[in-house]
Amino acid sequence: MVVFDKPHALADVPMHYCPGCTHGIVHRLVAEVIDELGIEGKTIGIAPVGCSVMAYDYFNCDMIEAAHGRAPAVATGVKRSDPENHIVFTYQGDGDLASIGMAETVHAAARNENITVIFINNAIYGMTGGQMAPTSLPGQVTQTSPYGRDVSLCGYPIRVCEMLSQLEGPEYLERVTVNSVKAVKNAKKAIKKAFMNQVEGKGFSLVEVLSSCPTNWGLTPQKALKWIDEKMIPYYPLGVYKDRSAKEETK
Amino acid sequence: MSTTQLLFSGFGGQGILFAGKFMAYKGLIDNKQVSWLPSYGPEMRGGTASCSVIISDTPVGSPIVSKPDILIAMNLPSFDRYESAVLPGGMIFSDSTLIERETDRKDITEYRIPATQLASDNGFPTLANMIIVGKILSVMDDFGAESVDAALKKVISAKHADMLEVNLKAMKLGAEYKG
Amino acid sequence: MSEKVLMKGNEAIAEAAILAGCRHYFGYPITPQTEIAAYMAKKMPKIGGTFLQAESEIAAINMVYGVSSTGKRVMTSSSSPGISLKSEGLSYLAGADLPALVVNVQRGGPGLGGIQPSQSDYFQATRGSGHGDYHMIVLAPASVQEMAELTVKGFELADKYRMTTMILADGTMGQMMEPVALDIEVKPMPEKPWAVTGTKMSRPHNIINSLFLSPDKLEQMNFERYERYAAIEKNEALYEEYMMEDAEICIAAFGIAARVSKNAINEARKEGIKVGLIRPITLWPFPKAPFENALKTVKEFISVELSMGQMIEDVRLSIDCRVPVTLCNRVGGMIPSPEQVLDAIRNAAKNGGNR
Repeated sequence: MVVFDKPHALADVPMHYCPGCTHGIVHRLVAEVIDELGIEGKTIGIAPVGCSVMAYDYFNCDMIEAAHGRAPAVATGVKRSDPENHIVFTYQGDGDLASIGMAETVHAAARNENITVIFINNAIYGMTGGQMAPTSLPGQVTQTSPYGRDVSLCGYPIRVCEMLSQLEGPEYLERVTVNSVKAVKNAKKAIKKAFMNQVEGKGFSLVEVLSSCPTNWGLTPQKALKWIDEKMIPYYPLGVYKDRSAKEETK
Repeated sequence: MSTTQLLFSGFGGQGILFAGKFMAYKGLIDNKQVSWLPSYGPEMRGGTASCSVIISDTPVGSPIVSKPDILIAMNLPSFDRYESAVLPGGMIFSDSTLIERETDRKDITEYRIPATQLASDNGFPTLANMIIVGKILSVMDDFGAESVDAALKKVISAKHADMLEVNLKAMKLGAEYKG
Repeated sequence: MSEKVLMKGNEAIAEAAILAGCRHYFGYPITPQTEIAAYMAKKMPKIGGTFLQAESEIAAINMVYGVSSTGKRVMTSSSSPGISLKSEGLSYLAGADLPALVVNVQRGGPGLGGIQPSQSDYFQATRGSGHGDYHMIVLAPASVQEMAELTVKGFELADKYRMTTMILADGTMGQMMEPVALDIEVKPMPEKPWAVTGTKMSRPHNIINSLFLSPDKLEQMNFERYERYAAIEKNEALYEEYMMEDAEICIAAFGIAARVSKNAINEARKEGIKVGLIRPITLWPFPKAPFENALKTVKEFISVELSMGQMIEDVRLSIDCRVPVTLCNRVGGMIPSPEQVLDAIRNAAKNGGNR
């Protein structure tokens, strides 16, 4: 009896992620969902610029590598080229989605573009070595905020789900994390819903995953998971920020 | 072998571009080489408007008319601006309702038509442009040509087919105007 | 030949794109090319196509990147400042070897510049425009008919060589109306086995990508791309010659500048001056052969441009600076008059190649 197996949609190659990084978990969840929905053959994934830049090698579905921040625009093109037969997801970090690509994110959401967005929020730029992100917490020490993020100088972190929830456009916005078994199960449920919404033609679905970056946070993997609970969740509360269909059903 | 260069000018909203387009289409139907080039600017309405139209037996080189054979001036600023550019032996067709002075030049012919007044008196106040076009065609001895009808049908969309007759009427008024 | 209709250059591009099978257009409003977007907005919904007004030129070019990745014909259009914004995407299209058609209806610059015609994006277009070693095929129409024909050809070349074709027009070409016949032959689109359309679980996954972290691999990709470019330079250069048989003075000009120059040449010929025109239709690849060939009789070249002198460098390179090349230009939205060009021709005739 097989009790644990690699999802088919996940390529059998070594990943480059640091020990304790949660990218691997989220990759696996996305792949499991693609398997369970039986959509690998029609799925086109879009990798960002950032730590997950090489995600195109890690999924077995067709993949595109986009310019920094432009994944939602590229996804729009891919989706619109054949809306019936393309399932399209982007996989983006906080710098990509909420800094350089904010315009693309907001407008894809406003258009209710029928795509799925997986948003990894680890409050730091990982790939370039730990600089301040649009989601870095007040006081957080990074390479480019060495004395701690001073909000009087560089402003406040952006709560993406809350902000997008003010738009009429998007279908579904939820913030989850993956720092415990229970949280991982919940995250998978959200990711599955975000893909199902697309299959059912409901529109723009974004799952924000609070993730860890032990390397750049300067913490052990265990302490990093704890840091999510202690520091991130208070600033970025978990939960569903928008679910239009559910709201309509309860009316 | 001939080339006629026309410069239409006036206010935006006077149908300057439309009149030019009609003449270009007529040229096309008459198997001539033609070009039409509008001025374009940030003003959507009410600014100055002009367009260059070239009708030729040979391929059109530059589509920009800076020295017209025929100047159509529908307001004073246009008249002031382009009067001196008209080639010797050329013609000016001016709307005398809006342009009080006549040209001083002796080497060109000016046809003064109170087009705005005529248009208003006859119940089609927006067609001063086509009254002047009618006059041009009659001076060029081309008013009755079949291509006039055909060109009008090209520039007036099917949606506004009811405008055909009134445009013809305006042109006829201009053609028959003796001033 | 089908019946000719009067069309604006911008509209001719849009209609020809549809004729070529393009069903996806993404753009952002900017003068003087907005008629292309307006035409597409009207037509695309009626033929099952996509028109989308993007949030920025940057988004528009990336939507183009997305559609092109799936193997379909796709385009965007803009004017000079907008092309600067698209330049990031143009580099990525090149790096990922994706075909696309991009139209630049140029206006005066730099910065916000003006909205009147210009040719001052010649360097930007012919030298690639974004970062990295790459080229776009650059086509320069000089009539509304060519706006249509070169659009169809642009899609075909883009697909054939897997790269961007840019139509480099200007405000005059975009705004003017001329008779155009739209019975243009469209060749069937080549197979695109590289496209991402879903694996259907029947092939390994395709990847559209411009990231190559291994320098060996990236160098190899560049070498291969430049082999393709060499083939294009050999096979695809296009130009028109006008009165060049006995020309001692040769004007080099493209687009509207070539039209103005023809007027001047006709006048100069009446004065007995032996002058002709080479009009590059492809700006990249630049048609070097006719310039080399012209050296048999030509003693001086005059580059007529709506720029501070950009194409003039390619003219000089084509003839290794063996005879003088002078500039006759206006900028900022101004267009050289036939008289200005005629003066330049007379001046050259007087000098007889001795500068």
